[in-house]
Amino acid sequence: MVGLSEYLIVAAVLFSLGVIGLFLNRKNVIAILMCIELMLLAVNINLVAFSHYLNDISGQIFVFFVLTVAACEVAIGLAILVSFYRLRRSIEIEDINTLQG
Amino acid sequence: MLETAFFNLFAGLSIFAGLGVVLSRNTMHAVMFLIFCFFNAAGLFFLLDAEFLGIILILIYVGAVMVLFMFAIMMLEVNVSKMREGFQQYLPLGGMIAVILMIEFVAASTTGVFTEGAKATAEHFAQDVNNTKEIGQVLYTKYLLGFEIAAIILLVALVGAIVLTIRGRKDAKYQNVSKQVNVRREDRVRKVSM
Repeated sequence: MVGLSEYLIVAAVLFSLGVIGLFLNRKNVIAILMCIELMLLAVNINLVAFSHYLNDISGQIFVFFVLTVAACEVAIGLAILVSFYRLRRSIEIEDINTLQG
Repeated sequence: MLETAFFNLFAGLSIFAGLGVVLSRNTMHAVMFLIFCFFNAAGLFFLLDAEFLGIILILIYVGAVMVLFMFAIMMLEVNVSKMREGFQQYLPLGGMIAVILMIEFVAASTTGVFTEGAKATAEHFAQDVNNTKEIGQVLYTKYLLGFEIAAIILLVALVGAIVLTIRGRKDAKYQNVSKQVNVRREDRVRKVSM
């Protein structure tokens, strides 16, 4: 049968993939957002696994909240990206320097 | 036995899809891999008796968030070759950090610290246990404040996304209040001799 640590290992691998994706795709804002989604998914797998094996429903409630915040973050991030693209006609990371002092 | 097989299937496919997200050259392919990853994670949720969250993951993530990603990618012209610059350059550093992180996580999760007090195996709930009902019973009582705050966060995100991307219509008519207030009788009324 499948134990708790197997689920934790899967989540750890997914989280590490998200971290390495942040480094490899650091020129691409959309890819960075996707890597953040991957890391949040890994956290969600952890929470659901703990919730099941410790027989406590609260973990699933927290997954609910994480999903809410992640959806908001994506919506706002892509809105910022679209409005920035209108301004500069590009979404290169190097061009995003308007706010530096 | 069947459960272990399904766990291996879902876990392997989700890790494969995660690799695809990180390594694929085309951003659209990365989105497709991410969708695949979410489907497999939903399968893992089903194995963990969290049916409600599995369905929510598919409905909200695949149905809404990833479609939003696709819209953004199709709307913006992305220069793929330029985006790949620095891929080799950051591979050693990023790979090292990720490998160290993974070793730490795996070591921590296999020591048995987390499994203390946990059920040894995933014995499933009886058929009359309703996951959605259980979540609802806790969500609307114990976590009511969190639920309401989540609703407010969603509302703020909705308004914020609209404010960030709205573009006023060119032919829209606005009233200029200061001009209206400053207008005098001479500007409007003219004596005409009959």
